[in-house]
Amino acid sequence: MIGELNKAFESRVRLGIMSILMVNESVNFLTLKEMLQVTDGNIASHVTALEKAQYIEIKKQFIGKKPNTSYSVTNAGRKAFTEHLDALEKLIKISN
Amino acid sequence: MENPNEQLEAIKDMRNLMERSSRFLSLSGLSGVAIGIFALMGLSLLYLKLDLSPFNTGFQEKMIALDGNYTDAIFQFLLLDALAILIASLVVGTWMSVNRSKKLNLPSWDPAAKRLVINLMIPLVAGGLLCLIFIQKGELAYLAPVTLLFYGLALVNASKYTVDEIRNLGIIEIGLGLIAFWHLDFALLFWGIGFGILHIIYGIFIHTKHQNK
Repeated sequence: MIGELNKAFESRVRLGIMSILMVNESVNFLTLKEMLQVTDGNIASHVTALEKAQYIEIKKQFIGKKPNTSYSVTNAGRKAFTEHLDALEKLIKISN
Repeated sequence: MENPNEQLEAIKDMRNLMERSSRFLSLSGLSGVAIGIFALMGLSLLYLKLDLSPFNTGFQEKMIALDGNYTDAIFQFLLLDALAILIASLVVGTWMSVNRSKKLNLPSWDPAAKRLVINLMIPLVAGGLLCLIFIQKGELAYLAPVTLLFYGLALVNASKYTVDEIRNLGIIEIGLGLIAFWHLDFALLFWGIGFGILHIIYGIFIHTKHQNK
């Protein structure tokens, strides 16, 4: 059963990033930071990992002269995260 | 993450993040109460000026008598009164909600707040433009039902992005607006119920329900 849990989501920060992206079309770095209340470096390393797994997309653009990085979930990410939540749910049901 | 309790905690965390990131939850209930009081005060002034009372019919007749005459003192009073209520409500509502965000340690201007404002504004601006058309045509009695109806539509439209109670409030405002269209002579009474009394009731309700969150 544990095997169904996705290793890519094995951290609170990653679960948090995915949760936020599941319900928002796209979210920028600052919003992620404010919501999760962790350091820049921490978020950066986790989004890189999620991007490598192709679960999220990173879009870099300029708003005026300011760089703005925004993130959104991919279809693969949506599917993987839903399966991960289902697996978590099953696990909890069994242990109860 | 092998321990079920830890996983339950993680799921709680995720629920919380999903909700916080997609909805503006620091809507101030107390500002609803303040806005309701402004509406009732403005309405009382208008009743005095028109020499009417909530149960004294004759609103429609008085409005028709004005016939869109911009120089009439009552006409000008009506518009100034409505504008004063609108501006006071916007200022106090925004100010108290921003304060509440600070207290709850939530961002006050995040994507959720933006979506709330945009979705609120679409029906509101449409209703505002319709009001201008009615003013231009001299049909002042319709302003009360139009504002109720479009405010209700705006609330229902925006309710997806804030606390759930707003949806029911919107539906009741729509109903009141339609009844006010039907009984134009009592339109001000329904306006007072919708913008005054309901704001106070829902404000207290939202305040007590969400104050500890």
